[in-house]
Amino acid sequence: MDPKYCSGVVFSNTQVYENIYEMKVGENFKGQPGQFYMLRAWNREPFLSRPISISNIENGTIIFLYEIKGKGTELFSKLRSGDSIELLGPLGTGFPLGIEGNVGIVAGGIGIAPMVYLCHKLSTKVDFYAGFREKSFYMDKIEKNVENIYISTDSGLEGHSGFITEIFQPEKYSSVYTCGPLPMMRIVLDMCRKANVSAYISMERRMACGIGACLGCSILTTSGMRKVCKDGPVFKGEEIVFND
Amino acid sequence: MTSVEICGVEFKNPVIAASGTFGFGREYEKFYSLSKLGGICTKGITLHERHGNSGTRIHETTGGLLNSIGLENPGVDVFIEEELPHMEKYDTVIIANVGGSTIEEYIMAVEKLNKTNIPMFELNISCPNVKQGGMAFGIKSDVAFKVVSEVKKVSKKPLVVKLSPNAENIVDMAYRCCEAGADGLSLVNTFSGMAIDIYGKKPVFENTIAGLSGPCIKPIALRMVYEVCSAVDIPVIGIGGIMDYKDAIEFIMSGAYGVQIGSGNFVKPDICLDIISGIEKFMKDEGIKSLKEIRGIIRRKS
Repeated sequence: MDPKYCSGVVFSNTQVYENIYEMKVGENFKGQPGQFYMLRAWNREPFLSRPISISNIENGTIIFLYEIKGKGTELFSKLRSGDSIELLGPLGTGFPLGIEGNVGIVAGGIGIAPMVYLCHKLSTKVDFYAGFREKSFYMDKIEKNVENIYISTDSGLEGHSGFITEIFQPEKYSSVYTCGPLPMMRIVLDMCRKANVSAYISMERRMACGIGACLGCSILTTSGMRKVCKDGPVFKGEEIVFND
Repeated sequence: MTSVEICGVEFKNPVIAASGTFGFGREYEKFYSLSKLGGICTKGITLHERHGNSGTRIHETTGGLLNSIGLENPGVDVFIEEELPHMEKYDTVIIANVGGSTIEEYIMAVEKLNKTNIPMFELNISCPNVKQGGMAFGIKSDVAFKVVSEVKKVSKKPLVVKLSPNAENIVDMAYRCCEAGADGLSLVNTFSGMAIDIYGKKPVFENTIAGLSGPCIKPIALRMVYEVCSAVDIPVIGIGGIMDYKDAIEFIMSGAYGVQIGSGNFVKPDICLDIISGIEKFMKDEGIKSLKEIRGIIRRKS
């Protein structure tokens, strides 16, 4: 599906947790789990649009779950119902869907965002592992579509006290999908490799255009240089080459 | 109405996609027909494939961005075999942007490109992001003179030299490139800039220095284009932070034959179309029949 550049109307924009927001934008949007949109709600400044993954699409209304990280996301958080926002997408290559066998999803923090939509679209049995710093958020949106939910927090306030990778059991699954901080995803890939389980990873890199032209988000893979925005953000785990 | 001739090559309009911001066109053809463009400068092509730089490659700044891509490209052979045939489906002027680390590399790449139907070359002597090269040729005019004259000897197509704003003296640089046989000049490439990660207490970029582009450089770029146009007689293509037709007209009024749109493509994929239609409307509203009427108009004595 070719991407489009268009305007949308913000239906709602609500705080989900401390600096995590959920924005609903209409209407008639399309996309696959793991794909993203470049968003801007301003004219010239900040200069670049912001890549935000699709967190869900319900009857054409697109949902973005995002964390305030800088100027752009700060401005997003101030949008109100009725405001307009510019969208470029859907962009990139998402998660493979026609997978058989049990699926394990491992997400960290805001990395749960694309996994909400993924859970909706997968038709197999899914276990969801989610790691958070203080407390979990947004997990009620996942409950209906998964078999088991495992939670960990660094704080110990909820679920397992420590990292999510400490309770993740890759051998239970035929495929694993992961999105979150790179150190977490590296451990997940490592565990999957040892357990001989195929893994898919959603990468994050600074990007300017989002469509594959600027080469700002290029990464080295086993099949040469690949663009996170176009060839990814989802890659097969074994494709990723870590530099150190 | 909007057509221009640059170094003997006819462009249907003065709007050209700038090198390094437009790939080989494939990413943008999803948004509009590339035949609407005056021309496309390819991503910088080198003799051999390059992976580019590691670490952070893009950093947003106020009114623009810093980049440190490092000439990632598939190499001239793959370009000719896989990308060029696709680009040639469109009715637009293809300008091959050629980079290199040594004079020999430039010459070998140009010799390969001579055999294609590409009508124009843009010699990149100004990439700030490649060690030992690119930019090294673009700082000192004597060094630029040497590379331009050597490449000119072998080039069978009009040779436009893309100048760096980091040149010691931009007007002297333009003179010397002219003397060396350049058929045209394009300016400016990115300005040397940097950013620091204050929490990591280190430069954002592995190379420390990166290239600044976007509307934040426009007034300086415009001044340089104005100075160069006042000094040389060969066609000049203006580049630097052009975001709308007004910016483009400013460059033309300062003396540029055409303009290149770079970072703007990242903001809105079809920004070039907005600029083309804006120029058309401006000409109509102002009763301008040809861009020649306003090219360099600010320098003319009434």
